[in-house]
Order: sequence, then C-alpha cells, then structure tokens
Amino acid sequence: MSTADAALTQKFDWSSESAAARRRRRHRADRRLRTIGVVAISIAIGLLGILIVSLVSTGYRAFVQTMVTVPVYVDPQFVNEDDPSKGNYRAIVKGTLETLFPEVTDPREQRELARLLTNNTQFMIRAKVVADPKLIGTTFDIRVPVSDPFDQLNKGVIDRDLPEDRRKINDKQIGWYDKLEAEGRVSTPFNWGLFVNSDSRFPELAGLAGAIVGSFYALLVCFLISFPVGIAAAVYLEEFAPKNRWTDLIEVNINNLAAVPSIVFGLLGLAVFLNFFGLPRSAPLVGGMVLSLMTLPTIIIVTRASLKAVPPSIREAALGMGASRHQVITHHVLPLALPGILTGTIIGLAQALGETAPLLLIGMNAFITSPPGGLLDASTALPTQIFIWADSPERGFVDRTSAAILVLLGFLIIMNGIAIFLRQRLERTW
Amino acid sequence: MAGYVFLLILILSVVGYYVGRSAGNRFISGTGAGAGQVVHSLPGYHGAFVAVWVGIPAFVLVLLWLFLQGTVIDNLLLASLPASLTEGQSASGIQLILSEIKNVAAGRIFKEPTPEIESAAAVYLRWEAIARWAMVVVAIAMMLIAMVVARGRLSPRFRARNNFEFVLSALMIFCSMIAIITTIGIVASLVFEASEFFRRVPFNEFLFGLRWEPQIALRADQVAGKGAFGAIPVFTGTLLIAFIAMLVATPIGIYTAIYLVEYSSDRVRATVKPIMEILAGIPTVVYGFFAVLIVAPAVRDTGSALGIAVSPNSALAAGAVMGIMIIPFISSLSDDALKAVPRTMRDGSLALGATRAETMVKVMLPAALPGIMGGILLAMSRAIGETMIVVMAAGLIASLTVNPIDSVTTVTVQIVTLLTGDTEFDSPKTLAAFALGLVLFVVTLCLNVVALRIVQKYREQYE
Amino acid sequence: MNQAANAEAPARSAETIVVDDPNMNPIRVAAKDTSVYYGQKQALFDVSIDIPERSVTSFIGPSGCGKSTFLRCINRMNDTIDGCRVEGLITLDERNIYDPSLDVVELRARVGMVFQKPNPFPKSIYDNIAYGPRIHGLATNKSELDGVVESSLRKAGLWEEVKDRLDDPGTGLSGGQQQRLCIARAVAVSPEVILMDEPCSALDPIATAKVEELIDELKENYCIIIVTHSMQQAARVSQRTAFFHLGILVEVGPTEHIFTNPKDERTHDYITGRFG
Repeated sequence: MSTADAALTQKFDWSSESAAARRRRRHRADRRLRTIGVVAISIAIGLLGILIVSLVSTGYRAFVQTMVTVPVYVDPQFVNEDDPSKGNYRAIVKGTLETLFPEVTDPREQRELARLLTNNTQFMIRAKVVADPKLIGTTFDIRVPVSDPFDQLNKGVIDRDLPEDRRKINDKQIGWYDKLEAEGRVSTPFNWGLFVNSDSRFPELAGLAGAIVGSFYALLVCFLISFPVGIAAAVYLEEFAPKNRWTDLIEVNINNLAAVPSIVFGLLGLAVFLNFFGLPRSAPLVGGMVLSLMTLPTIIIVTRASLKAVPPSIREAALGMGASRHQVITHHVLPLALPGILTGTIIGLAQALGETAPLLLIGMNAFITSPPGGLLDASTALPTQIFIWADSPERGFVDRTSAAILVLLGFLIIMNGIAIFLRQRLERTW
Repeated sequence: MAGYVFLLILILSVVGYYVGRSAGNRFISGTGAGAGQVVHSLPGYHGAFVAVWVGIPAFVLVLLWLFLQGTVIDNLLLASLPASLTEGQSASGIQLILSEIKNVAAGRIFKEPTPEIESAAAVYLRWEAIARWAMVVVAIAMMLIAMVVARGRLSPRFRARNNFEFVLSALMIFCSMIAIITTIGIVASLVFEASEFFRRVPFNEFLFGLRWEPQIALRADQVAGKGAFGAIPVFTGTLLIAFIAMLVATPIGIYTAIYLVEYSSDRVRATVKPIMEILAGIPTVVYGFFAVLIVAPAVRDTGSALGIAVSPNSALAAGAVMGIMIIPFISSLSDDALKAVPRTMRDGSLALGATRAETMVKVMLPAALPGIMGGILLAMSRAIGETMIVVMAAGLIASLTVNPIDSVTTVTVQIVTLLTGDTEFDSPKTLAAFALGLVLFVVTLCLNVVALRIVQKYREQYE
Repeated sequence: MNQAANAEAPARSAETIVVDDPNMNPIRVAAKDTSVYYGQKQALFDVSIDIPERSVTSFIGPSGCGKSTFLRCINRMNDTIDGCRVEGLITLDERNIYDPSLDVVELRARVGMVFQKPNPFPKSIYDNIAYGPRIHGLATNKSELDGVVESSLRKAGLWEEVKDRLDDPGTGLSGGQQQRLCIARAVAVSPEVILMDEPCSALDPIATAKVEELIDELKENYCIIIVTHSMQQAARVSQRTAFFHLGILVEVGPTEHIFTNPKDERTHDYITGRFG
C-alpha cells in the first residue's frame, strides 16, 4: 500500500531525458507502422500497375495488323467459271508472288516466299471471286494479312540484329518483306479481324468473335435464369418466409454456396447437365446454367439487402390501404428496391463473365472456328479463349492473349461502370 | 424446335390471360353467368389465374421432356441394337457406338458405317422425330385442357387473386429451394462419382498414398495402375501453393487495412479502396496469364542470377500471383473487422496518451482478431479452391516436396487436367477427379462454415 | 491573465458573463478565444475560460451546444476527427497545448479522459489499468506496476470489488463498475487534469451516486472537468459551472451562483427548464 501510494503521488517528470527518449522511441515505432502500411499499399498498387502495364505493352500490338496489298490475276485456267468456288486458288497466289518477285525461281525459296502471306490468302481470293465472278480473268488488288512472323517483324518484336539462326525468319525473307515495304504495299491498319474473326490456328487470323458471341449467349442464359429465380427467392426469404430451422438452413446454404470453389460447380455441370441429362458439351446453354447457379447466391444476397433497405413504413402504408402482401411487394417494395437489385445483378454477371474454371470442365475450351449459331452449338467464351490462346506457343498469340484480356477487362469496366452509374443515379437513401 | 415450343407456351399463356380477363370483365359488367353477385377479384387476376395454370405445367413438362429425352432414347436405342454390336463391349465402347450412330444420323460421316449402324441411325432419327412431335402434341393438349378447366372455375365469387398469389408463393418457395437443390446436386454428384472411384481404388490408398500417376493408370490395366492414385503429393502441393499465397497476401492485406483504418486521410482511402476493388474484380484467368508471362520468368531469372535452378512452373510463382489475387480479399475483411471495433475503444486508448501504433497493436488488433482470423480462413479456402492461376502456372506432375522453387501440382489442376479432353465416365482417371473434387468441397466447406461462424459471432459481439 | 481582466475586455468576450470567485484555486487550464470548425461548419465561437485546479468544473448546456467539443479540445482528442480545426489558445500550466513542439502523447497522459459510455479494453481488469503505465513506462518493474494498479483501483473505489478477479475481462463488470474501471485507468497514469464526458449518462442511479462520490474524492488531487446533461449532477459535484449555448460560452461562475442567480436570460431559461 505504501509503495503503491508512493508510485502515484510521486509526480512523474515528463520533461526528464529518459521520458523524452522513451517518447521519441514510441513515435518512431508509430512512424514505422505507418511506413509499413504505405509500403504494403504501394506493393499492392505497384503489382496492379505491373499487371496492367504488361498487358497493355504486349496487347496494344494486337490491335493493329500488318497487311500487304498484292495484285491478283485470276487466271481463268485455274478457276471453274460455272462454279467459282472450285478452283486452284493456291496456284493463283503462287502466280501473284511470281509477278511480285520474278527473281525467285528456286522451288524451296518459293515456298519460303509463300510463307510471307497468311495461309488463308487463297481462301480470301476465292471468297472475293465467288462474290463477284466477273473478276475472273482480271487483275485486282487485295489486302491480306502477312503471316505472324512478319507481323512481329513489322512490330519490332523480332529483332533484325539477331543472328539468323535465332529468329524464325531468315535474311532472305526479310529482304522480300523490305522490298514489299519499299514498294509501299505494307500497311498497318486497325485490326478489325480481332473482333470479326473467330479462333484460328494462325495468330494473324485469330479473333474473338466466336468467344464474344459465346460469352453473350452464356450470360444471357445466366441472366434469364438467375435474375427471376434470385429475385423470387430473395423476396420469399425476406418478405414471406417464417423464421424457422428450414429457412435458417436455406440461408446458411446460400452463404456457403457463395464461397464454394467455382470448379466444383463445373463438376456439378459435368456430372448432372452433361452426363445425366445428356445436354451437349461446349454449349453456351450449359455454360450459362452453371454460371447461373454461381451467380444466384450473389443476386439473392444483394436483393435481400435492397429489400431490407426499403423502410417498413411504406409496407405498412400499403397494407393499411387494404393491399395484399403480394400487391405490397409488387406495387411498392420491388420498384423501390429495383436499382439496388439491378446493380447487384450486373456485378454478379460481371463476375460470371470472368469465370473460367467451370467452363473448362463442360468443354467450352474447344477449338471452334465460327461463332455459335444458337444456345446448343459448341462455342468458347471470352475467358476460355484467353486460356486457349495463353497455351498456344506462337509469339503472335501472346499479343492476342493480352489483347483479349484487355477486351475482357473493357467489358468488365463497362458493366461495373453501368452498375456504379445506376447506384448513383437511381438508388435513394432513406 | 424447343425455342418454338416455349414461344407457343408463351402465346397460349397470353391467350389464357385474355380469356380469363374477359370473363372477369363480364362478371363486373354483370353480363356473364352469376350476374349480380359481388365480384371478389379484379379481372386481371382472373386472367393471371388462367395464364399460370396454362403456362407453368406445360413449361415444366417441356423442360423435363427435353432433359430426359436424350437419355430415354439412348436406352431404347441400346436395347434395340443387335446383340452382335454390343456384345462384349465395355461401357465406353457402347458410348462410342452410340456417338457413331448419332454422327451418322446427323450426316457427319467420318468412315463408312456398317449396315447395322446405318439402320440404327435411321431408327434413331425416327424416334427423335416422334419424340419431338409427341412433345408438341402433349404440351398443346395439356395447355388446352388446363385453359378449359381453369376457365370453368372462374365465377364472380371465385378468389382468383388468392389462388394466383398462392401459385406465386409456391413458385417463390421453389426458387428459394434451388440453393438447397444445388447443394444436394453437388454433394450427390460428387459422392456418386467418387464412390464409383473408391470401388476401384481403396479409400485409404487414395487418402494416404504417396504416388499420384493417373496418366499411367489409364494406359496400363487397372490392376497395374493401382497405387498410382495416392493423393498426398497433390494435397501437399495444394497446401504449399496456398501457404505461399497466404504468406504474400496476409501481411500486405492486413497492413493495408491498418493503414487505411488508422492513418490514411479520406482522400487516400477514396483512391486506394477502388484500386483494391479492381484487383478483386480481375478474372483469375488474367492473373494466370500474368503469372506465366511476367512472374514465372522473373522468378526464374532471379533464381538463375543467384545461381539457383528454379523450375519453370515453380510453386513460388503460382503462389505469389495467387497471393496478389487474395490481397484485396484479406484487406477488405480486415478493414471491416477493424472498423467494427467500437470507436470508443480507440478513443479510450488515444486519450490515455497511446500513440496510434500502440492503439492499433495493443487494442484494435486484439479486439478485431476473431474477425481477421475469419477473413484469413475464408481467404485460405479461396486459395485452395482457386483454379485458373494454378492450371496455367503450376505443374502437372505430382511431386512430394515442400520446396517452393520446385514444381508441384494441386487438386484443382488435377481435376481440370483429368477432365478436359476425353471424358470417359468409367475410367478411374476421370472418376479420380470427382474424388478430388469431393475432398476439395468438404475441406472448403468446413473452412467456410468455421470462418463464417467466427465472423458472425464477432459481428454480434459489437452490435 | 486573470479573471477580471478577461471580463473587462468587452470587445473580445463580451458574450461571456464571468462571475468572479475570490476563493478560486490557481488556474490550471485556460482557453482564450478558442474556435472549433468541423470542415466549413463552426462549432465553437471564441470561447475563453479559466479552469482552477483541485476542483470540479462542470459544463452544461443543451445538446449540440459545443460543450463536449470544447472538452475534447483540452486533450486534443479532436485531432482524431478528420476535418476538425481548432483556433485560439488553450494552455495547460501556461503552456500552449497546440504548440507544435508539444507532444500530444505527453499531453494526453497529463490530461486524462473518461467517456460517456464505459469503454474498457477487451483485456483483463489488471491489463486495463496497467495499459497506460506500461506504454508510458511509468513503472519500472512488476511490483511497482502491481502497486500502481492497486492504488488506482483503490482511488476509484473498485479495489474491494475486483481484487480477487483481476484476471477477469474488464468487459464482464457491470456498467457502473466498468465506468469506475475507466476512471481508475485514467488515474493510473497520474494525470493533472481529468476530463469526463457525461460519465454517468449510461449508468443507473446507484452507480451514478458511486461515480459522483468518486469525483468528489478525486477533486482533492486533480483538476476535474465534467460535461453533464443533468443540472442536478452539476449542482452536486461541481464548484464552478459553465453554460454553453449554440457554440457560445454564455456564462461561467461559481455553481451556486449560476443555479441561483444567473445573469444571462438564456442561462436562466435553461436551468428553469424552458429549453434543453
């Protein structure tokens, strides 16, 4: 007791040297924690920066495509005039190259020369001739993509100064390319093919059209299922359900479902939708169904939050007028909660758009060269297309993967932007 | 075809609505049967009553029909096949025959079909046509009967609104059951396929075996392949990568939350929070590509500069990128947990002359610890279940190691590699994926349940 | 500076009516033309007041009148609120507490604070009391710390109630005990001034009586400033009373004077219950 009192009554000398030193130490510790915090945030932001910069710095190249304009003489001897779709268009391409490079006569060199143009040049010429058979026997200019290595050469990815054996194209090929360029035949326009074409084995022709359409179909199915079902479930749980073990179970279930790894939903889709019900593999319908099961918990949770935010006074007012509970919900509560529900739905759909793993298991990573015509056609989706391209060895696919990611991120930004806009414009606070 | 049937259902439902509504209008104007009585419901509810009874049963019927038609026809087809074709075939052989028949029926002929196949294809086409038209006929009949019956029940005193709302309530209850149905579907399909697997590979061997070589088992016959389904290396690989991810994400996430809660100005918070949300919103396939394109080469170059041979698919690279993905997750949950600590607690500490660091470390963090722990567990479950990053950046070969610069494989990688490509549902290789999926589901479920409960308890404590 | 000089300076503090008290103790805390802003909004207008040591000064006034805001200026707790700005001069022992060279950590150790709602840390009773001495390094060894904990709890009148369960969590005590624990926690760093922000508003009457008793004992050693909603409480525990209204310090003087013979009409209206 006496020592205790002494400890208290004896005034602490705040200005003593030891007290000041202690305080300095404590402030140093405070600044240290603050600095660590700044460092942690800088690391996180820096990593995001590196991610974006690396995507943009590789991806921007895929938004332009090196094209070359060549004169084509459609020799009638190679084309069947009655049915222009049949003909030796390969020989026509060969003829074109011979007129451009008369000095190249060695067959081996001619083959190397032919690699300058995309492999599909013959089909492009055929398409033009089929569309307009009058072209047979005439000479016209056609602009075709150069093949991937020359595209990379033009974009500076392939280094001319490297020794010949360490690049994909030899000096002679570079010489031919330079000649074309000197003649003003080479151009680098915006790469519409990225959005118009579907997948291809050749990077210079590969595009996202099929994947975008596939993702659109899958999201459509996902929306058509998860939006009405999610709202109905949320309305029931929030407005009608009695509070008992059964509804508790449903609630726990929804919360847990929201945290189940996405690949498990893929297993479900594979075992139930494909194996048990026998729905077709790779179909956007199945993809959309799997995604809707994943989006459902999000929509239910968001919708319930929006319903909760509508003040009870509005319900009481309507009930007081003699409206049934269903009428109260449909006439008053749902319209007021709708902006919040829409915002949550869009965010849920944005998540679904980026989801990859479950789509792999139901086969939406197939090699499909045309956009799906319907919900049951085999198709890819944007994220699975990214996965396929990321796995491809050609250099051109690295650029295209980054470009595809930028397109995907663009869609995500647009969707989230709409959600933020809706939230700010329509949502009211009570 | 199916699209037209659904359109037809929609049209007939609309017709049913107008039939019911006009009946209701007549009740009100007093020209119909039972004129003079007080009308219970508005005409619109009479219409809606007829419409739901026309539309919903037909819709359900068509859905079920479409789902089951394929399986039923397959079985009928199999039964009708001559014994010479099916005899002595394994299940996968029969599947091959079936798909050949379907290819021939669809006109996709890859090799000259045998006469048996061709006749079977004709049978198949005939049955398909019958099934299609039968569906249309049955659906239309059902809708017309429903319309007549429902219309017959309408009268001025008929409680059309109550009946319609009853149907609506039933629909809503069904919709809220879908969450449970999904869970049951997941559990049932995983358990069913996994039990198939465990009939071929003993349970203990799977859980405790040290060798995982599923590809070899496919080529050799099953007995020889035994012992190649020991999942321990896969589990350790999963844990190793998840551990590395947590090692990256936990300090960065928690320190970020500390800074945002205690030190940052409103302006900094308003900038950093959306950036974290962007990190959280980036699809995982993008992170996977980032790992392959930037991080893995960087790790390898750093290693070789230090004279260490780093595997191209090192666990370090995959784990680090997974950690980046998880940072926003941990930071936002820690942020929530720290914010939930009552402000008075913080003020009490500051008023005693504690610095902000002392307040944070000695008062706020201990108070928020349960919430933060819950967040870390949720993040852990996410790391274990994360697929795309590891599929793209981790290895395929299961090696039993905890060396972060070696290549390891994970549960999710194995599921994807075992199930993409050809999926024969009776080989232990594909079934193994479901056994792995079951383990993954159970483990993440336990983590989630525990974490959610901790977080819930924690929130209640300060409410 | 002294009281009379202040009252005679009409240009600066014409609004505050100061009633002199010849027996007043020496001044410990003084404010001069203190204004507080939350962002653009001004919450306190040119408050000037002298607060004597070893006595209880109470701040009364209707809700939102700025009395708590002013209280929080005295140990600079307003610093922790974003966008809060303090102008003017506040001195503790004639030293400007907003002087940049003054360490806010030291200031807060010397000016303790007790809050409206009891806010014990989620730690044991012992650790709650020892928290302050530990961070400031006031005890050099365990037995000294034990001594500080015991004497602080004794001063708060809590020792007998909790001496057998010092390791129990502080949050497990009753509301009144929690508040006395918080007072003990503030006392443990041996402050010179103790600020109390409506310390009894969350307590029942019996607990309130105990805390008031405690305040009365503590005034022998400390300068105590208490914000209260209850005029009876102000009358019971304080020697001087200051009445705030709409951010203005209207009147300050000996407690019995304010309650029996207020000079300002607003003070009169408030203590007779016409608003508040």
